[in-house]
Amino acid sequence: MASPARRPRSAARSAVGRAPQPGSPSGAAPVEPRTLAPPERRAARVLAVERVGSYDLITALDPAGPREPRPGQFYMLSAGERWGGGVGERPYLPRAFSYARARPGRDGVELDFLLEDVGPGTHRLRELRAGEPLLVLGPLGVGFRAPGVERAALLVGGGIGVAPLLCLESELASGGTPPRTMLGFRSAAHAQAATLFAGEPDLTTDDGSAGRHGLVTEPLAEALAADAAVEVYACGPPAMLEATRSICAERSTPAQLAMESGMACGFGACFGCVVQTRSGYVRLCVDGPVLDAATLDSALSAGGSHQG
Amino acid sequence: MSAWQLCGVPLGGPILNGSGTFDAIAARRAFGDALLEAFPFDLFVSKTITLEPREGNPPPRLWETPAGMINSIGLPNKGLEGFLAHDLPRLAELPVPLCVSVMGFSRAELELLVARVAERDEVSLLELNVSCPNVETGLIMGAHPGETAAALERLRPLCDKPLVVKLTPNATDPAEVALAAEGAGADAVSLVNTLTGMALDPRTRAPGLGGRTGGLSGPAVRAVALAQVAGVAARISIPVVGMGGVSSGPDAADLIACGAAFVAVGTESFRDPAAGRRIGEELRELGVDAPRLSPQTA
Repeated sequence: MASPARRPRSAARSAVGRAPQPGSPSGAAPVEPRTLAPPERRAARVLAVERVGSYDLITALDPAGPREPRPGQFYMLSAGERWGGGVGERPYLPRAFSYARARPGRDGVELDFLLEDVGPGTHRLRELRAGEPLLVLGPLGVGFRAPGVERAALLVGGGIGVAPLLCLESELASGGTPPRTMLGFRSAAHAQAATLFAGEPDLTTDDGSAGRHGLVTEPLAEALAADAAVEVYACGPPAMLEATRSICAERSTPAQLAMESGMACGFGACFGCVVQTRSGYVRLCVDGPVLDAATLDSALSAGGSHQG
Repeated sequence: MSAWQLCGVPLGGPILNGSGTFDAIAARRAFGDALLEAFPFDLFVSKTITLEPREGNPPPRLWETPAGMINSIGLPNKGLEGFLAHDLPRLAELPVPLCVSVMGFSRAELELLVARVAERDEVSLLELNVSCPNVETGLIMGAHPGETAAALERLRPLCDKPLVVKLTPNATDPAEVALAAEGAGADAVSLVNTLTGMALDPRTRAPGLGGRTGGLSGPAVRAVALAQVAGVAARISIPVVGMGGVSSGPDAADLIACGAAFVAVGTESFRDPAAGRRIGEELRELGVDAPRLSPQTA
């Protein structure tokens, strides 16, 4: 199996922009947008934890990991110390996070992760301070595929789900086609995350405290009514992804959905993170987290994210 | 000649994976051939296969608990024919011997599974997962000594490869089941399987898992595993593969001190795919070596 990590560096450099197309004239099997992970958990070093509105942005230096993860891929994270012993004697399992940005440098790759304090795992992670160890496994999963021929990319993010769209935006922009981006948040405090984007995203909030009052799927529907010949890239809560899937299906617009499900391992071992597709359950960690919306009857996954 | 032998199968060390806690085929998609260059186990145990394909239980399938987790996976697998055609050739590429775990819902199903798997050269050992109900008697095979013995007596003549019986801790007296297995021709036993557990969704106070109950694993079960391994090992003379919450070399050494000849790593691999290799190295650093581990191979 050809893999991005084992291709020559020149070919591996661009993630989304140059990935071969499914059904390409050559007839070759499409290469999965997947950078292979080293087969062990390793220690990265926290460089900073900064507040971005209602979220926290953890930056860590990963000295031994691959320098070019693909947008949409994720890492399993845990604190190097005091992982456990929190509320309810948790956390125990690592937590899965899409990387938000990656900056290869002389000493390794700097990885940014966006997180929200919703449970014992995320709470412990945001307590980390510069210099402390962050255990990482990754990059894992299959990332976003390149847009179809003659289709512009349209990015749609909701809440903490904007994270993988940051590196995707950057990839597409460096390939010469900065995407249009639409982001939805609960409130102005959460919408601070929009400032991380290079472009100027269309903004909506549930309470109208920033941008347009409403759901991000409303401007999406309007955009597709005007021009459906785009490829949608979406990440966000299940209800948002389901609305996105449904709106795109009505217009026959292809959509790639970065989904979430509670995971124990991240590499296919536990069979816990399955979501229902038209061809049965698939493990989101090895067959996703990015799924082609056309494979789903619904993006409302019962897997949820119980761990926090 | 390897110093380590499980039922005559030479191994490079004492660390196995618990069945269903590591999918070597999926892991190769994530890690590539680097996985094979530093494979974490000395023997690979497959996920349990059944005669017919199974989709598994509805999600949610996982629940984190204090120092552990509950899973309600439901044995998804490709079924016997799918396994033999698609998975077995891939598992044969691993750098270690292979043990295939099987489960049947009737004695006839078990006979077919064991006969078909045992005839394949890629397979070194078979493990019988008896933690399921027998549809003919309604009893959990592994929870009753008589059920276990009756199943094994019919399987033994069909298979000239070592048969390992995976004991369930959800039995009144696992040592009685182990004795019955030994008497009926088992070559080794492995324990503990997961403990039946339940979790409630804090928002609804309804069962949090799609399958309502599941199996508890992780450090939370380690003390139970030590007691059960000690209790079983004291009663039988065939080798015991010990497992249950092993996260470190000292944990493995504890199980060995309780009578285990080999140690399986399960849930800890979810936290770190290289856990098996690390635990094996820590065990060596503790000075636990082959002669002490497998006296019956002398």
